[in-house]
Amino acid sequence: MGSPHEQSLGIVLPDSIRHYPMGDQAIVLSFGDSLSEAVNTQVRKVVACIENWSQPGIIEYVPAYTTITIYYDPLTITYQELLTAFQTIVQDISDDPKYKGVKKEIPVYYNGDDLVYVAQYNGLTEEEVVHIHSAPEYRVYMIGFVPGFPYLGGMDSRIATARKEVPRLKIEAGAVGIAGQQTGVYPIATPGGWQIIGHTPLQLFDLKREKPSLLEVGDLVCFVPITYDEFVKLKTESYGH
Amino acid sequence: MGIKIIKSGMLTTIQDLGRYGLQRYGMAVSGAMDSYALLLGNSILGNADNEAAIECTIIGPTIYFEQAQLIAVTGADLSPKVDGQPLPMWKPVLIEAGSLLSFGRPNSGCRAYICFRGGLDIPEILGSRSTYSKGQIGGWQGRPLKVQDRIAFNHPYESGEAQFFWSIDPALYPDLSTGVIRVMDGPQRDQFESDALKSFFADVFTISKNSDRMGYRLQSKPLQLKEKKELLSTAVTFGSIQVPPDGNAIILMADHPTTGGYPVIGQVATVDLPLLAQKGPEENIRFERINLDEAQNLLKQRQIQLIKLKRAIALKYE
Repeated sequence: MGSPHEQSLGIVLPDSIRHYPMGDQAIVLSFGDSLSEAVNTQVRKVVACIENWSQPGIIEYVPAYTTITIYYDPLTITYQELLTAFQTIVQDISDDPKYKGVKKEIPVYYNGDDLVYVAQYNGLTEEEVVHIHSAPEYRVYMIGFVPGFPYLGGMDSRIATARKEVPRLKIEAGAVGIAGQQTGVYPIATPGGWQIIGHTPLQLFDLKREKPSLLEVGDLVCFVPITYDEFVKLKTESYGH
Repeated sequence: MGIKIIKSGMLTTIQDLGRYGLQRYGMAVSGAMDSYALLLGNSILGNADNEAAIECTIIGPTIYFEQAQLIAVTGADLSPKVDGQPLPMWKPVLIEAGSLLSFGRPNSGCRAYICFRGGLDIPEILGSRSTYSKGQIGGWQGRPLKVQDRIAFNHPYESGEAQFFWSIDPALYPDLSTGVIRVMDGPQRDQFESDALKSFFADVFTISKNSDRMGYRLQSKPLQLKEKKELLSTAVTFGSIQVPPDGNAIILMADHPTTGGYPVIGQVATVDLPLLAQKGPEENIRFERINLDEAQNLLKQRQIQLIKLKRAIALKYE
């Protein structure tokens, strides 16, 4: 065992990364079977390498909690060729500060229909739920499901609440919810089973922005409680009308 | 000037080959459900592969041509007609200004593609003209076409482009009467009981009415998992066959979510996605196991055919 730098290099040696096909146009790189900050950090480090990879035949990649799925064109590159090329680029992994992620604040008006339920479920007051939810720095582990939906890690287990037994037919865009140990924000209106505790005036996915998704994998997110008046003011600015 | 929608049909959307590069932000790929029918339609017209066309579903739209245009209808046979007369598919057809394109009874398949020479004037959103209805993104105002929508052609038809008395060989397109879909083993295959794996390749699955561009829900004997454990969400794709705890498989289709947390028992070979996309509610399918090399070879053979076809067609437009 050497310096922290060498250790991190050791973890990403191709031998320690499992790989398997998902159909005829995708390879899955798996960094572990259970979620931990360390495994997700590995995912993000490898993503940083893939980001600037100019390998012909690569269509796109999708990082998740413990995996990276690379979509490729089998008419251009074979599974084995892709794997060989990948082994070369993972040698270049280093501990660059950019893997630490950008801090972003998400203002939340804690008015959700399920706030009372979440409080009762956990034997807390509503104020305590808000306080606990807005205290930590959350890590964006992955983005998926619908455009801009962040899967956040780091929620305090004191406010963990089971999903609704019957999902709502419509959850508004900007709704902040809890599902088990997870918390997240709905970027677009969709049916869903999460317990809704509040709403953010920010648009998590906005086509008018150069980068439509507000969040990137690896970002650090803080929820900041706001009042109704602040919510209205920010929503007007955010949605531009 | 271009076309005007007179009747919208069941689900009529603008689609190209899909929106790639943003799945890591949760953005669906969308695109034509039967991308091969779209490719063939565009090839027939000498268009770029990725030119946007109109995807019709089971009950096609009625479209008024304000201007003449060369079109090709491919994919499902939904009984296309021009001014009441049957319109031949799989070939370039000139539609005169003032004509009405309509559809009748679905004869085979459930998705037809109306391709236009030079394409339609649809803005590119995030690199694609495809409609992702759930996100209200792309296509025509982010939604299926409605009565009164008017879409312009990119290029007006010029009479010099002449008539075309040829059509492509129907053998280039899959035989829609078969219900056999070839699949590769899914990443979580090992999590299923061996009986479930046997039934997966032996049983007949019925596509439920509750199926759409996001996914096909299948009905059959439930597929049992060894243990009901929650998976960490990971990427899923068009053709991923995932099995929720109730054991009823769902095949993800063009508008699929980018990630999912259900075990994936199998993955449909890309070459068979067009056939699957042409299967509608209440239809039966069966799965046949193939490996990665076989699936990729089938795809390569299809590509070689397509290249040959395009070379032959290029001569027609010289």
